[in-house]
Amino acid sequence: MIKTLDTLAVGESGTIVKVHGEGRVRRRLFDMGLTPGAEVYFRKKAPFGDPIEITLRGYELSLRKDEAVNVEIELAEVKKNGR
Amino acid sequence: MDDKKIVIALAGNPNSGKTTLFNSLTGATAYVGNWPGVTVEKRQGTYRNKKTGETCEVVDLPGIYSLSPYTPEEVISRDFILEEKPDVVINVIDATNLERNLYMTTQILEMDVPVILALNMTDVLEKEGQSIDADELSASLGCPVVSVSALHRRNLDILITAALRAGRTSRRGYTVLENGKYKEIIAKARDIYEHRGVENPLYHAIKALENDEVELARRPEDVKEVRALLNNKEKEDFEADTADERYKYITGNYVKSRHGQKVSAAEKLTPSDKVDRIMTNRFLAIPIFLIALFLMFHLTFAEDFLYLGKMGVPFSTCFEGNPYFEGLFWTENGINSIGVIIANLVNGITGWIWGSIENGLTSIGTPDWAVGLLGSVINDGFFAVIGFLPQILCLFFFFSLLEDSGYMARVAFVFDRIFRRAGLSGRAFIPMLMGYGCGVPAMVNTRTLNTDKERTQTIRVIAFFCCGAKVAAVAAVAGVLAAKVGWNAELIGLSMYLVGIILAVAMVILMHWTTQREKVPPFIMELPAYHKPQWKALGIHMWDKTKDFVKKASTVIILAAVLIWVFSNFTPTWQYIPSLVDEFGEPLADYEGSILKNICQMISPVFFPLGFGNNLSGAGWSLTLASSLGLVAKELVADAFITIAGGADAVESMVLGTGITTGGLLAFLIFNLTTVPCFAAVATAKAELPKGQLKWTILFWLGTSYVVSLMVRLVFDYVWTLAIIIPAIVAIFVCAYLWYRHACKKEELAKLAREAN
Repeated sequence: MIKTLDTLAVGESGTIVKVHGEGRVRRRLFDMGLTPGAEVYFRKKAPFGDPIEITLRGYELSLRKDEAVNVEIELAEVKKNGR
Repeated sequence: MDDKKIVIALAGNPNSGKTTLFNSLTGATAYVGNWPGVTVEKRQGTYRNKKTGETCEVVDLPGIYSLSPYTPEEVISRDFILEEKPDVVINVIDATNLERNLYMTTQILEMDVPVILALNMTDVLEKEGQSIDADELSASLGCPVVSVSALHRRNLDILITAALRAGRTSRRGYTVLENGKYKEIIAKARDIYEHRGVENPLYHAIKALENDEVELARRPEDVKEVRALLNNKEKEDFEADTADERYKYITGNYVKSRHGQKVSAAEKLTPSDKVDRIMTNRFLAIPIFLIALFLMFHLTFAEDFLYLGKMGVPFSTCFEGNPYFEGLFWTENGINSIGVIIANLVNGITGWIWGSIENGLTSIGTPDWAVGLLGSVINDGFFAVIGFLPQILCLFFFFSLLEDSGYMARVAFVFDRIFRRAGLSGRAFIPMLMGYGCGVPAMVNTRTLNTDKERTQTIRVIAFFCCGAKVAAVAAVAGVLAAKVGWNAELIGLSMYLVGIILAVAMVILMHWTTQREKVPPFIMELPAYHKPQWKALGIHMWDKTKDFVKKASTVIILAAVLIWVFSNFTPTWQYIPSLVDEFGEPLADYEGSILKNICQMISPVFFPLGFGNNLSGAGWSLTLASSLGLVAKELVADAFITIAGGADAVESMVLGTGITTGGLLAFLIFNLTTVPCFAAVATAKAELPKGQLKWTILFWLGTSYVVSLMVRLVFDYVWTLAIIIPAIVAIFVCAYLWYRHACKKEELAKLAREAN
């Protein structure tokens, strides 16, 4: 299933399919490692619901939903038996 | 051998340990300057090999994620490598975060400069049961790799020896994109640049293909020609594809040199994540932040530590009767906090020094005026300002501690939502809060903000916050108000704290809609893992700030002290006032007949509308004097009253004796709270603001404080004016907002027109 990054639920993970947007913001997302094929894990939301915190490429990144909406994610299949 | 010093540049991501490495390499030789034209710190120092005595210059480039022109730091770094041509670049890599760190490496490798990798924090990685094969990585990258620990100073000499060796060679740029789908286009573009004799042709060619802003601004013709090599779809995809290829190449070729079990993000819960579960918890985040804030201010300013005195623990003043150190550690009110103790100590020592000088000078028959002048320069000017230093540093220390540990990034994360509404990012909250302690460190802290406009807005509103020095003025006026209309003095004090933040938010919104309009800067920020503070680096940081502050204090402030001394001790006909007597043969009161008093009486009509100008009788000019002296240091506001009234107890009756109204008193208070801050803060603002903004900023301070205090005066003295003032405020905001919408629309249309072309 494909969703945008801002609509993921806490604890969900997936693989980036495409990054939309334009100019500097898009460039910044690429530079920070949000490129197609990267795995992301949705770690948490800030107390007021925005920004969000994700784990990718071994580090923690925070971004606003306004920016996260540009990132399309293919959700990882929920594994049934533990791992 | 040429005797030109070898220059090494340190480049790397933020939090890669680059600055730690720099401190370990250069030690005490480091000095901090500014990069030309921008407020980004430039750190430079000398490295000396203890065994061979070899030396070289080390330049610490700002911590950045990429060489694209997203922040001024990135442009500085790339310009330094391309234009200043260091002999070798040491790229510092956080081994625990190999992928993202190597991304910039692939960009640096495209420049024709010798590069060497310093693989930092391998010890942390080993604790997680992983390791990186440096030789394997070196072979696949095609440049030397040295495992180091910047913190434990491991392998540093080996690193520099290898760097110096690499520095003697030359290297041609290489790109990992040579294996991808654009390899032919990149080769062609590179040839175009090479034929023109451009240095670093490969790097410029790739940036041109990316349609990079800086490249476009500097060589528009070349970029146009090179971009023509791409078809329309490629033009759009080039950036995405190349970023993707870089990361794919890194994962495919370099990350394989990392050995050991890699766990997925979902399962991995590092100690840092566990701490974060509490720190950014939905319910706990804000209380934790408030407690941390309270503790910081309490430790810096409290004269009744932990409220032991208020809780009834009896204290007697320590060193009672000692002229310099009475009440150093505790008074009958309670124990002093660490900030107050250090401040008392410094003030005691400087007081003793001046006391000794004064005694010495008097005993050898130095004339009174000379002693007075020296006293005003050394004691009232220089020493008084040095007296603020302990508490400024204390506050700086606590905020740096939180910054370095990684907590401040979380504060920005938690509060971003609220600040975005005013057009700022969550980061701007931190310097504003520091403003409650002291505006000087607060303004310096705005360096962490992303854009010039955000920085300008934040520096401007920092002046509205009720800092430590303004408290004395608030207390004095609150006392008079309490006596006049019976309001609770503590409540007045508390509401002044609120006035600061409310006014700050209102003005940020207005500025965002009018002069400082820009799109809300994006918020894409790494949350670095929490780590223990590095005391040595913190010490170096503090020492830098001290030097900076003393330098400022010893120039601008001494000049101001001399001027004020002259103006308050001479009559307009240049008679020395302490030598004059009145008709009864008594010496004149302080300031009587002085140039300063004359000037104050001259400018007091300016404050007439605010209710504390020449509409006052008697000692009414003292309010003008207090407001003017407040521009030098806010402590002087209360000081001026005390001097003129002849003691703190007499202030109340003197001020009330001028016939001032409630509105006038409040206007006076709010004017001093929100107007141009002290000299030290203005000097700091000058250094931190973008070029040319200081005069507008001073105008902004004067205008805002005047208008706001005028409104307060009118409302409290003539309630009916509310009927005009409220609609006026609404109208200002509505107009600003309409203007903003109009400007946004115009921009959008312009953009559409550009795209249509």
